[in-house]
Amino acid sequence: MSVYINKDTKVIVQGITGSTALFHTKQMVEYGTQIVGGVTPGKGGTEVEGIPVFNTVAEAVEKTGANASVIYVPAPFAADAIMEATDAEMDMAICITEHIPVLDMVKVKRYMEGKKTRLVGPNCPGVITPEECKIGIMPGYIHKKGHVGVVSRSGTLTYEAVHQLSEAGIGQSTAVGIGGDPVNGTDFIDVLKAFNEDDDTEAVIMIGEIGGTAEEEAAEWVKANMNKPVVGFIGGRTAPPGKRMGHAGAIISGGKGTADEKIRVMNECGIEVAETPSVMGETLIQVLKDQGIYDKCKTH
Amino acid sequence: MNIHEYQGKQIMRDFGVSVPNGHVAYTVDEAVEAAKKLGSDVTVVKAQIHAGGRGKAGGVKIAKNLDEVRTYADEILGKTLVTHQTGPEGKEVKRLLIEEGCDIQSEYYVGLVLDRATSRVTMMASEEGGTEIEEVAAETPEKIFKEVIDPVTGLTPFQARRLAFNINIPKEAVGKAVKFMLGLYDVFVKKDCSVAEINPLVTTGDGDVLALDSKLNFDDNALYRQKDIMELRDLEEEDPKEVEASKFDLSYIALDGNIGCMVNGAGLAMATMDTIKHYNGDPANFLDVGGGATAEKVTEAFKIILSDDNVKGIFVNIFGGIMKCDVIAEGVVEATKQIGLTLPLVVRLEGTNVDAGKKILEESGLNITSADSMAEGAQKIVELVK
Repeated sequence: MSVYINKDTKVIVQGITGSTALFHTKQMVEYGTQIVGGVTPGKGGTEVEGIPVFNTVAEAVEKTGANASVIYVPAPFAADAIMEATDAEMDMAICITEHIPVLDMVKVKRYMEGKKTRLVGPNCPGVITPEECKIGIMPGYIHKKGHVGVVSRSGTLTYEAVHQLSEAGIGQSTAVGIGGDPVNGTDFIDVLKAFNEDDDTEAVIMIGEIGGTAEEEAAEWVKANMNKPVVGFIGGRTAPPGKRMGHAGAIISGGKGTADEKIRVMNECGIEVAETPSVMGETLIQVLKDQGIYDKCKTH
Repeated sequence: MNIHEYQGKQIMRDFGVSVPNGHVAYTVDEAVEAAKKLGSDVTVVKAQIHAGGRGKAGGVKIAKNLDEVRTYADEILGKTLVTHQTGPEGKEVKRLLIEEGCDIQSEYYVGLVLDRATSRVTMMASEEGGTEIEEVAAETPEKIFKEVIDPVTGLTPFQARRLAFNINIPKEAVGKAVKFMLGLYDVFVKKDCSVAEINPLVTTGDGDVLALDSKLNFDDNALYRQKDIMELRDLEEEDPKEVEASKFDLSYIALDGNIGCMVNGAGLAMATMDTIKHYNGDPANFLDVGGGATAEKVTEAFKIILSDDNVKGIFVNIFGGIMKCDVIAEGVVEATKQIGLTLPLVVRLEGTNVDAGKKILEESGLNITSADSMAEGAQKIVELVK
């Protein structure tokens, strides 16, 4: 088991003929992901890398039976692409695109209310269930199949955590990058819920950063509902207020969204927080040992 | 992106949102000329810098005649204002807003922001105008009223009315306040604002509802479709290193330490700063080279880092996922040679082709200290800059 995606997930690539999309499509295919089609309006009927291209998502779904879409469409058109995937009743729409105007995302969120599609991202590395399915831009080889769930707002920091875990012989059930934008689809709580219900996940590592209050809300949820250990890390302890640290959502404004506040709330809610990013893995391993589930999680 | 108050007011005026009459002035003569044109009994001389707190710092003066306009304009132009938002070095005033004075009855606060918890635009209003809204929120949160806005309908008149009554706008002015709020929302969505803050909004003796100040910020990601806003960008108000970095698609933020950082990914870049600080060092900057760093980009990144005189050493921290470590290593070597770098340089590489990358660094014959982890790299660079 795993969350959101597995070896049976059938994926289409929106914007497949773009150079970034094409590069990552090859990487995903190589990893073993079932890429069943692509969409580029006006290029329907052609093929790239042996993958059929369609003009619309609806047509791609009809012809291929895809249930997930990964979106590499450029920012000005990405919001529309997400809505098209939603309209086609995809189970998952994973949007890698960064720099989408935030008011476009406000509309997208409103459009998706009450509909079945789960959006992950935008501005995220994607989702991976190791050795089964990789949807996104993360380097596949650093991951190992196992029992620790990873959820993060940052791409490279996720790789850092996953790498530390894999090196220590701790595999992952699924790693979900929820993205660094202020308005996104799936949030920490959605992923924590999914990991809580997943038989294959024994513990979770949650990586947040400055800005907003999503980590605090997630910590409260963990305290009230989670029956598996959660450890965390918050990036941006030393970030100055009022400056956007690369990610559109990573900003301390009006004294809100500081790392110290997030860490304080997480600690209060029983989440062990790694002091530095270098000890994310160690911190988790210590917790696994304390809880007596280290052997269960040690995968090789 | 930020703009000046006078520019924000012009945008509001274009959308039919009421603001006092006023003109921008770059010189003392222009200021006097502008005041003559306004012909009001009282004229306000306001420093235009991208920071709040100008009044307290002496950047806003009320002139009762043209001589006073001249005196104040002369005093404020060229002056360096230090406010709680400028940092200790302050900002030099190069533009003035010359505005007609008005007969203020009461001051209010109206603001539009994105509420991340609901993913909706939210209008906030308070009768505690003129003070920092953060202070009001901390001390008397019950005096802040909020309306969450559905993007399908936009701000509805009943929501605006409810806000106006809640903040005790006199009932004869409620109609005008509602029109103001609806207009402000219109500006916010049509111009892709990230913040629109009016503090204070005032009611006047002759029954008007006006924006006395205006703070409009814009969503950088939407500027591609807001060309007229982009033209309002005042590069003199921004850090020149940050401007230079943006030309090369590098995300750079200047800090006040002495260890330059070059990292891939915003999350890792923040975490790298945190790690340096953890080992009692001081990062000089945040710098995310992004996913597709080339030798050219690395060179530019080095140049920008080195243009900060405080920098005593550089820490490169790369987790090569899609970006290959050998490519980065070549970039680092080339950049180091090209620039003739003499400062200590610590490089931590991890990920795809890491061994090839390390080999390139070793065989370069350059004085590069390599590190196996972020923690080790941070400790080494902190030691080297001591």
